[in-house]
Amino acid sequence: MTETKELRKTKYLNPYLGGVLLGIVLLSANFIAGRGLGASGAIKSTIVATMNTVAPSASENSAFVKEFQGSHGGNPMKTWLVFEMLGVLVGGFISGAIAGRLKFKVEHSPKITSRKRLILSLIGGVLFGFGSQLGRGCTSGSALSGMAVLSLGGFITMMAIFGTAFALAYFFRKNWI
Amino acid sequence: MGPLVVNELISENTNLFLAFIIGIAFGFVLESSGFSSSRKLAGVFYGYDTVVLKVFFTAAITAMLGLLFFSLFGWVDLNLVYVNPTYLTSAIVGGVIMGAGFIIGGYCPGTSFCGASIGKIDGMVFIGGLFIGVLIFGLGYNLWDNLYMAKDMGSPKVSESLGMSDGLFALILIIVALAMFTFAEWAERKFPREEY
Repeated sequence: MTETKELRKTKYLNPYLGGVLLGIVLLSANFIAGRGLGASGAIKSTIVATMNTVAPSASENSAFVKEFQGSHGGNPMKTWLVFEMLGVLVGGFISGAIAGRLKFKVEHSPKITSRKRLILSLIGGVLFGFGSQLGRGCTSGSALSGMAVLSLGGFITMMAIFGTAFALAYFFRKNWI
Repeated sequence: MGPLVVNELISENTNLFLAFIIGIAFGFVLESSGFSSSRKLAGVFYGYDTVVLKVFFTAAITAMLGLLFFSLFGWVDLNLVYVNPTYLTSAIVGGVIMGAGFIIGGYCPGTSFCGASIGKIDGMVFIGGLFIGVLIFGLGYNLWDNLYMAKDMGSPKVSESLGMSDGLFALILIIVALAMFTFAEWAERKFPREEY
């Protein structure tokens, strides 16, 4: 029993080592590209590209698209974050393959059904997607990368994200514990 | 010397290629640290698994110190590194909405891709939600652009705002992080759960 528990405990990287490695990845991004990591920006690029293709005239008049194109000229899919996020899928897959964690499954607390978990995932995703646009970046782009360059906004967004999640944790405890 | 792209030491296409490589490293480290599991991520909010706190703050401090030292050695010009702008209202409101999304959905955008990459269906559905959320923001942009643009403070550094040097702020943040890590280790002993 203890042995199995030990095995289960060691299947992930030590969190402090993981943190240092992630910090080095973030430092490399800043050193090479002069910018931090991100995630939600790649989704925004995809949405802008889709709007340009599906409804070009509406897209041309959209203030949202104009705002994006103002800071990213050219093809919205040929941006740093799109390539980075494609890399994340590859890197995550490689790590999962090495550790033997590749498996199609819905991860949820035994107290809720898979269906409920998926509905909550969808709602959480919608909120996070919307919030990341308002907050000019998500946990990666705004909070983590912002903190590394000492951005005031990065620290504020980080505190707002974690503070709210802590404040609401009690009400959603059945979904996780 | 750095940033290499801004100083035109490497081309734009090389930069995109390196973005892909950096992304692979990013995804690999996230997955190896357990960020592909929503229950592990949510654990930080209940104290049974604080991997998020440990990895997140260790990473932020490592990168922050790295940049400060690189700047000291003259390896990187911090004036050319992008500092996220601060729009006070949207930083708070956006963060609150994201926090709600985090505790309800169990992922953040980066980690949902990481979960999806090893087959987590909840991660894939979360990504679907992200697209819907960004699309809603884009389509209804005129409804909230006042909120989005309110209280533009430029790109201030937190150290400047608090009236201290970058180094002193970094030192304080390290001390705060060490205190949080100690608390996190205590919480994990108090609320033990098996690994997910």
